[in-house]
Amino acid sequence: MSSVQSFGYLDEYAKKEVRRSALKAVAIPGYQVPYSSREMPMGRGFGTGGLQLTLSLIGSQETLKVIDQGSDDSVNAVNLRSFIEMTCPGIDTTTKTAEASLIQSRHRIPEQPLREDQIIVLQVPYPDPLVLVEPSEDKRKQMHGEMDYSRLLVKLYEDMVRFDEITISHRYPTRINGQYVLDPSPIPRWDVPKMNHSNALILFGAGREKKIYAVPPYTDAEPLVFSDVPFRVEDFSDASGGRRACRICGCRSSFLDEYSDSRTGETVYQCSDADWCEELSQSTEKPAGVSNA
Amino acid sequence: MGYVAIKGGGRAIAGTKGVFDHLRTRQGEAGTPLDTDTIEQQLRLLHGRVISEGGVYAPQLASLALKQAQGDTLEAAFILRAYRSTQPRLTETPLLDTTKMRLTRRISAAFKDIPGGQMLGATTDYHLRMLRMELLKESSEEFRRISRDWFSSAPEADLPDSFPKVLDGLRQQGLLPQPDAAAAEREPFDITREPLIFPVPRSAALATMARAEQGSLLAIAYSNMRGYGDVHPTVAELRVGYLPVLLPHPITGELTEVGEVEMTECEVIAMYEDDADQSKAVFTLGYGACYGHNEVKAISMAILDRALQAGMKSGPRNPSEDPEFVLLHVDGIDSMGFCTHYKMPHYVTFQSDMDRLRTTRQKQTDKEQG
Repeated sequence: MSSVQSFGYLDEYAKKEVRRSALKAVAIPGYQVPYSSREMPMGRGFGTGGLQLTLSLIGSQETLKVIDQGSDDSVNAVNLRSFIEMTCPGIDTTTKTAEASLIQSRHRIPEQPLREDQIIVLQVPYPDPLVLVEPSEDKRKQMHGEMDYSRLLVKLYEDMVRFDEITISHRYPTRINGQYVLDPSPIPRWDVPKMNHSNALILFGAGREKKIYAVPPYTDAEPLVFSDVPFRVEDFSDASGGRRACRICGCRSSFLDEYSDSRTGETVYQCSDADWCEELSQSTEKPAGVSNA
Repeated sequence: MGYVAIKGGGRAIAGTKGVFDHLRTRQGEAGTPLDTDTIEQQLRLLHGRVISEGGVYAPQLASLALKQAQGDTLEAAFILRAYRSTQPRLTETPLLDTTKMRLTRRISAAFKDIPGGQMLGATTDYHLRMLRMELLKESSEEFRRISRDWFSSAPEADLPDSFPKVLDGLRQQGLLPQPDAAAAEREPFDITREPLIFPVPRSAALATMARAEQGSLLAIAYSNMRGYGDVHPTVAELRVGYLPVLLPHPITGELTEVGEVEMTECEVIAMYEDDADQSKAVFTLGYGACYGHNEVKAISMAILDRALQAGMKSGPRNPSEDPEFVLLHVDGIDSMGFCTHYKMPHYVTFQSDMDRLRTTRQKQTDKEQG
């Protein structure tokens, strides 16, 4: 009854299984690979799928970044990071996207473009985009096998008829390598284009639903749309049609969090990606789209 | 240890640990810490439930988990389950024979008299649920007196070591389906090492239900009892007791008892159906078993086993017969985890939701004006 745990918390067999499932996922882009998924000491739904991937992939030379909603400092990111530090002695952690070799994230892909030598692991609550139209996993598996996404397309069409807009806000169904449609995890539509021909490997872990899938580097990732209805990311225009800027760094090309200032009651906007915002605030040379105003 | 990136949130988490632990000690000077033996003995049914849902028979650790979780069954089972993830699976027992159970209770609702006799044992079934005010201020002397006197006043009974199964008699009369000999040969499905990919074998369903959350299992079984299904079970036998666990001796290879686990087992009989595999009609069966003394769970499981067998054979006609519906929704660790996760920040996705709603409303406004 020892409390000493192996490197990465899980026993070696479990980690090996996760790695083999990840390899299979890379080999069949967009396919949901079932795996046994162990119980972790944090809640199902708090990133146990992503965590099992991270723990199975990480080595002592790795530099890890953990973000939740774009922030390294949100409680769940802090919690996951300290658990990984505790169980993986010798690793480095960072908040800088550029410094990380492995990034575990919930709900965001960093604004800073990723590189070939980086892997991003996304936490997944619902691995299957077809759950929007079909509750039975057994039937969904068959639909994927037959590349039958007609009901998803009908859902998009019905949205157009009823609202003149596609109402899917996040978890936007995306076709990978011209074949399987996957659920990109609850990233905003803003982040979906980042998956297309990404330099970095993107891995998805769904712990509770026991699935691993991947978008390999340099792979087509196309959001499901109609030829006459373009895919649209979130709109951050103000009333006069100008692009809103982050109130801290002034960036006009990042995904923004909106909230009301507790003192003035005014609606304010701020970069969702904390590292991006900090880098820009400190940098004197601003990239295109950033105003100093 | 490398460079550690941390800013502020960690302090908040540490704070929650402190205040949560403090609440355990609110009795202050008057309080004494709960010891794990007390939890195991005086809260034995709660304790058994946590072992069963945690899916690992570790009585002392189950008490610890309950103490740590301040009595929350879902949390306690979760702590045990997470502990189990760190443990390798060393060996498998052969199929264990529940006729060998050291029984503390055993009843049949099918027959008035059964071979070996009905044995009521420790049950609250016929208690009047009235508050026993005298327990409010129970003295240690009184507590010890009950412990001491019960054995001295209990009559000597010449009980056999094991009891035959009620079902055996019916089976001899040919009223039950023959046991599936092929199933006994097959490796049972290990839900801790393989994901459920439907359709799943019956052993996967039984294993999933054996560690299911009691309330979830009961709710779905109850839907069947009320009419979303038609099992109409008769409890052929319900037994509670200690099942000897056998393993091959490391040197001689001979099966040797290594310990015993407390279990509840329930076998229900349901009405007969058309069956092409049988030449004449026979009753159908449902089986339930779980760690600890938990009759509601064992009976619910037996009913659902019967319902799921029907669903697997001829397609589900209601939720309790649908293996996917039942098996993917009864695990307490999964369901409570996902329920709890909604408390986490969802700023980004909500921002996206607002974007969709505003855009849609703008279009509706444009249309009205246009």
